Amino acid sequence: MPGPVIGLLILFAGLFVAQNFGSITSASVNDTTLGRGASGLLQHLSLLFVPAGVGVIDHLGLLSSYGPVLFLALLVSTTLSLAVTALVFTGIKSWQSGRNAS
Amino acid sequence: MTPGFDLWVYLSSTPLLWLTVTLIVWASAERIAIASGRHPAVNPVLISIIVLGAILILTGTSFATYFQGAQFVHFLLGPAIVAIAVPLYRNLDRVRENTLPMIAALVAGSVTAVVSALSVAAIFGVPEPVLVSLAPKSVTAGVAMGIAEQFGGQPALTAVLVVTTGLIGAIIVTPLMNVLGLKDYAARGFAAGLAAHGIGTARAFVVDEVAGTFAGIAMALNAVLTALILPLILYWFLT
Repeated sequence: MPGPVIGLLILFAGLFVAQNFGSITSASVNDTTLGRGASGLLQHLSLLFVPAGVGVIDHLGLLSSYGPVLFLALLVSTTLSLAVTALVFTGIKSWQSGRNAS
Repeated sequence: MTPGFDLWVYLSSTPLLWLTVTLIVWASAERIAIASGRHPAVNPVLISIIVLGAILILTGTSFATYFQGAQFVHFLLGPAIVAIAVPLYRNLDRVRENTLPMIAALVAGSVTAVVSALSVAAIFGVPEPVLVSLAPKSVTAGVAMGIAEQFGGQPALTAVLVVTTGLIGAIIVTPLMNVLGLKDYAARGFAAGLAAHGIGTARAFVVDEVAGTFAGIAMALNAVLTALILPLILYWFLT
């Protein structure tokens, strides 16, 4: 399992430990140092991808031969996965609420 | 010697120069995005990459030199994923209500992302090492680079494909969801985070906090699931 995901799970568990000791609630967590730090980091999340993206200058040769095909693959795949994910999500959700209602 | 020149000599001999340039370019790109009313097509990441890439090429600076400064920004990708624990904890009730839709959408979306990208590229005869670098493109950069390296791809190329995927997703998600008539911000955010990782998640947080939270969860879950299923798909695809 990737390191950052393990970190997420540890912090998530830690928040529940803190909640059991009465130091935070889901309403107050945003006013803690941790909450402010986390939301600050997430607000600027897309900045963090800039250095990796600038790496494109090292691959201009490869991109001149495969660039258009790779871009097409990314465009088709991203559109399909966005649509499939959202449609399955709402489909299962309405099936669930339909079953609960009947 | 002018004080300005002394400062230049100091900055250019330390990693601080490119860190500073990255942050200045980013801040300017953010201003442009805000001035456009956060229009999906005016993406601050895309603007920053084009401007920084042009600066590096014009000044004859190698990416390795640039990255010595910019790595401090790149490093924060890991802590940012850890930070998703906070909105996850805060919105846990919303998340619990949607457990089953999330699991189904995660599996369907994750497989679609990998198989559709590989299929299109393979039809056009893209060679195997490039296919391996392409496969994890919907996963957040740090994790995707690790996966690519593990299976003989090129991590640096994967990073570029990951960022491009994120940009495409962040730009098309809002119009695409409107065309599909989907109004549920949980579903829209989940799709953005799954297909377009952190850049999609950043876009989702701009639109709506619930969408952002679901995007963050999808990004984290897809990093795990792709790491698990990619060996099977690659084995099936490349043999």
